[in-house]
Amino acid sequence: MRDGKGASRAPVLRFTNCRILRGRRLLREDLWVREGRILDPEKLFFEERLVADQQRDCGGCLLAPGFIDVQINGGFGVDFSQATEDVGSGVALVAQRILSHGVTSFCPTLVTSPPEVYHKVLPQIPVKSGGPHGAGVLGVHLEGPFISREKRGAHPEAYLRSFEANAFHDVLATYGSLDNVRIVTLAPELGRSHEVIRALTARGICVSLGHSVADLQVAEEAVQSGATFITHLFNAMLPFHHRDPGIVGLLTSDRLPPGRHIFYGMISDGIHTNPAALRIAHRAHPQGLVLVTDAVPALGLGNGRHTLGQQEVEVDGLTAYVAGTKTLSGSIAPMDVCIRHFLQATGLGAPGLWGRGEDGHPAVSPEQAAVWSRPWRLRHCTPPSYWDWRSSREPWTLELMQTS
Amino acid sequence: MGRGSSYKVRANILSTVVTRIPFVSIRHREVGQNTMKLIILDHYSQASEWAAKYIRNRIIQFHPGPDKYFTLGLPTGSTPLGCYKKLIEYYKNGDLSFKYVKTFNMDEYVGLPREHPESYHSFMWNNFFKHIDIHPENTHILDGNAADLQAECDAFEEKIQAAGGIELFVGGIGPDGHIAFNEPGSSLVSRTRVKTLAMDTILANARFFDGDLAKVPTMALTVGVGTVMDAREVMILITGAHKAFALYKAIEEGVNHMWTVSAFQQHPRTVFVCDEDATLELKVKTVKYFKGLMLVHNKLVDPLYSIKEKETEKSQSSKKPYSD
Repeated sequence: MRDGKGASRAPVLRFTNCRILRGRRLLREDLWVREGRILDPEKLFFEERLVADQQRDCGGCLLAPGFIDVQINGGFGVDFSQATEDVGSGVALVAQRILSHGVTSFCPTLVTSPPEVYHKVLPQIPVKSGGPHGAGVLGVHLEGPFISREKRGAHPEAYLRSFEANAFHDVLATYGSLDNVRIVTLAPELGRSHEVIRALTARGICVSLGHSVADLQVAEEAVQSGATFITHLFNAMLPFHHRDPGIVGLLTSDRLPPGRHIFYGMISDGIHTNPAALRIAHRAHPQGLVLVTDAVPALGLGNGRHTLGQQEVEVDGLTAYVAGTKTLSGSIAPMDVCIRHFLQATGLGAPGLWGRGEDGHPAVSPEQAAVWSRPWRLRHCTPPSYWDWRSSREPWTLELMQTS
Repeated sequence: MGRGSSYKVRANILSTVVTRIPFVSIRHREVGQNTMKLIILDHYSQASEWAAKYIRNRIIQFHPGPDKYFTLGLPTGSTPLGCYKKLIEYYKNGDLSFKYVKTFNMDEYVGLPREHPESYHSFMWNNFFKHIDIHPENTHILDGNAADLQAECDAFEEKIQAAGGIELFVGGIGPDGHIAFNEPGSSLVSRTRVKTLAMDTILANARFFDGDLAKVPTMALTVGVGTVMDAREVMILITGAHKAFALYKAIEEGVNHMWTVSAFQQHPRTVFVCDEDATLELKVKTVKYFKGLMLVHNKLVDPLYSIKEKETEKSQSSKKPYSD
């Protein structure tokens, strides 16, 4: 094999004996990579006239896009909602540790907190690319404080706010800068929510509905104003009712703007939702499903007491409650556990998770985690693109071999 | 067949003795022999396998090396797919290498982007090149998007010359008897050039372009009949009943520019590899004759050589020049 271009040319790596996701289908194809970018091997062959410098046999594994966790409050003792001087190293620690769960990009989530916390913490969490050092930070997810009192869940009542007075100005006053913010969860029944939703989406921020007692009509209007996501479906919202489906009804609503898709996060840790509920949501609207962990700082630590923002959390096994209550307070199941549980509950295999299911319906796909108001093709496996990827065996026994 | 057959008998006796002797003797036997072989197998898969075995033996017995590349002409289409699959299998098993093989494809559409899934570049990449160890510098496919199409064709001819000519040109046949895109009426001494496709061909190709005739390319760059005739050996793959009439016209009727494959009746060394269905329009007499010769023709693929063997043979040859 000749190398006529000189030693400075970056080596081409070819992964063989593997399956990859392309065009929403699982294919038995080789993956060609150079300097972290996926190559089009046909172009490499005919235009650059090169062959691979190194080959790696993947032993029949699946090379899958890295998971994206859009709702994670901390982990390994790190609490993103704590206003410390060095939030950055906490974020970096979590970023590095979640790689072993297969997560290669995430949105650090801040729970309802007083404005001082936001003003101090937000500037310290810049958007950052991932790499061997840790998962990439896509932007912050602000869950609260503009949420419903009745459905606040584990969020502290004292710090809930409304934007009835000055709409978007109240939002800015509370959070400070929105530069590093990617998602905001709010309750659409709050007065002047439409103005706020429109202002946020105009800035490219994804608006998510959650912790709310909105009925279906209010929810639909919020979507018409620009909301595109639902925060942990079923939890912290009105239960589905056959005459008023509430926010859950958005999954099959016929009043959404044409061409718009609603995405919804679900915590499939086996605690937050019954498997039957997971299946109902998935079957109703498989293309919108986004699995999230909603993990708390206790993730990766054992049982005992830990903090979450201004609250204390008691961990026992896989369950985390607000200390002294039965109110669920986030989860401590890592992403791969959530996915495994989801696959078990729905009976989907690898093709179902990453492509078409047995019944022909597409299941969870990496693009679904991209809930951006701007279309983002980063997660599509079509070269050339940066693509967080990991290799894993059959998801039946979702064993993460390597995250790269 | 007079002198020819006794020569063949002698050659066959010779071949059983000389199979293990260094290759020079075998080569001399074959060079003097002008033949048209019609190889008839029962089914498509067997025909594909026979063809692949033949190509494999030819490459290995040629002893290609860094100063001596084996030049192979290649076709596209559904007919050679089975043959390509077998060749890939031989490479994967370590029995065959394409390291010292240069390939020249017959044709390519004009105006179709190289990365279009129906371009012949894509076909060759997906069905052959990506699965084997050929170096991209050793593959040559006409560029249908070149600024000066005729210059591209002329350059292709020059590349073939520079490579020392084609050792074995593998091709298929269209239902209208065309070789490459040399449609009926093409000159039998034509060279690589731009051709406008016949309506038959466009209709046949429509199935690859969502059935939309407007999307099918109307022009192509193709090697000429003369270009293929220059190859030292030609192998035509013909399978399926829809090709039967073309095969009949190619070998039982005269040389005619309306059925351009018939030109190979005048080539010193041609092999037609067919399945039973492709012979449906031939005379029973012809089919029986060539089927009777299969015992002899199968010696071209049995013994089946492997580069693995060649390594052990090389080390043994100093001690034991004869295998029996």
